[in-house]
Amino acid sequence: MRATGPDSLLIIVPALNEEGAIGGVVRSIHQEVPGVPVLVIDDCSRDDTVARARAAGAEILPLPHHLGLGGCVQAGYKLAFELGFQYVIRVDGDGQHDARDIPSVFQKLRSSGCDMVIGSRFLGADGWPTGLVRGLGIRFFRLVLRPILGKQVRDPTSGFVGVNHRALAVFSRSFPLEYPEIEALVVLQRRRFRFAEVPSTIRPRLTGRSTITAVKSLYYILHVLLGVFVNVLKFDGRLRRRPGQSDTGG
Amino acid sequence: MDRLLNVTSGLSILLLGIVLFSVRRAHIRVEYSVSWLAAAVAMLVLSRTPPALDAVRNLIGLPDSPLALFLVGASVFLIMFFRFSVIISHLRDDNVALAQRVAILEYHIQSLRNHES
Repeated sequence: MRATGPDSLLIIVPALNEEGAIGGVVRSIHQEVPGVPVLVIDDCSRDDTVARARAAGAEILPLPHHLGLGGCVQAGYKLAFELGFQYVIRVDGDGQHDARDIPSVFQKLRSSGCDMVIGSRFLGADGWPTGLVRGLGIRFFRLVLRPILGKQVRDPTSGFVGVNHRALAVFSRSFPLEYPEIEALVVLQRRRFRFAEVPSTIRPRLTGRSTITAVKSLYYILHVLLGVFVNVLKFDGRLRRRPGQSDTGG
Repeated sequence: MDRLLNVTSGLSILLLGIVLFSVRRAHIRVEYSVSWLAAAVAMLVLSRTPPALDAVRNLIGLPDSPLALFLVGASVFLIMFFRFSVIISHLRDDNVALAQRVAILEYHIQSLRNHES
């Protein structure tokens, strides 16, 4: 696996115990974007995830022990940055993200000059039905993020995300370890990076179940809320200490 | 009052013994035992020297000594818990970075092996 050309793209797929879905996910990516390398980052699965992913044609980055989603995704970003890839798109390993949306995310990344492009489930013609708790949580975070980001983000919890080399440089140095999606947006915005959303389709999980249960939802909200405000305070403090300098790096 | 002071002294001596035993058996490192030993000694001194406890009580402005002893003990252990939270946070960050580095190096080694074969 190597980066070739100015538009080199890597698809990363964080996975934990996804033996039922991972093979189909990798094959569908190869089908939609032929020739683009797929890197499955295995967060110490106890099942056959690694073998199924490798059989489907993916490269494997096996973590020595369980790191959680943020640590898992950041490992992929670090490797992509080291190998010199210009663009990285993250697709979840449970089969919820439709590989047919990858070209539109990639196209938006290249044409808009945005540093991050989010595949949003709420921009499509029909939107996407969410449960009551999750729907309320997403609306709550839209309200919280609106003044911080300076624009509305329709799907702040989406894991279907593409980044360019500038964002990759930031994320390979600093990335939230738990529930990273919302905090990552704030990390980029505080560095004056730009993001955009494109419509994407979310399908029901092929196998397994979400790690975010009703009991964990409250902890999720508190954790993310705290992380957002810590990032806001941290970067506001840096900017006050360095007046006249733009904060474009880590 | 005397019973409370005696119980505190007993617990402080017990804590001292456990910490020293753990250091000897290498269950905890010396640098992390210092806080516990200091806390145990402080509680032992306060519980065995009433003038010192009275001085602390007057300093804090509390009406009775048992409350002062409780407050000092709780404060010491809260500070220690916070210190250990800071240490654990650093260890977690280091651990994640190390695990990612190991994974990436393993990936590079595997790529080289595949290239050679």
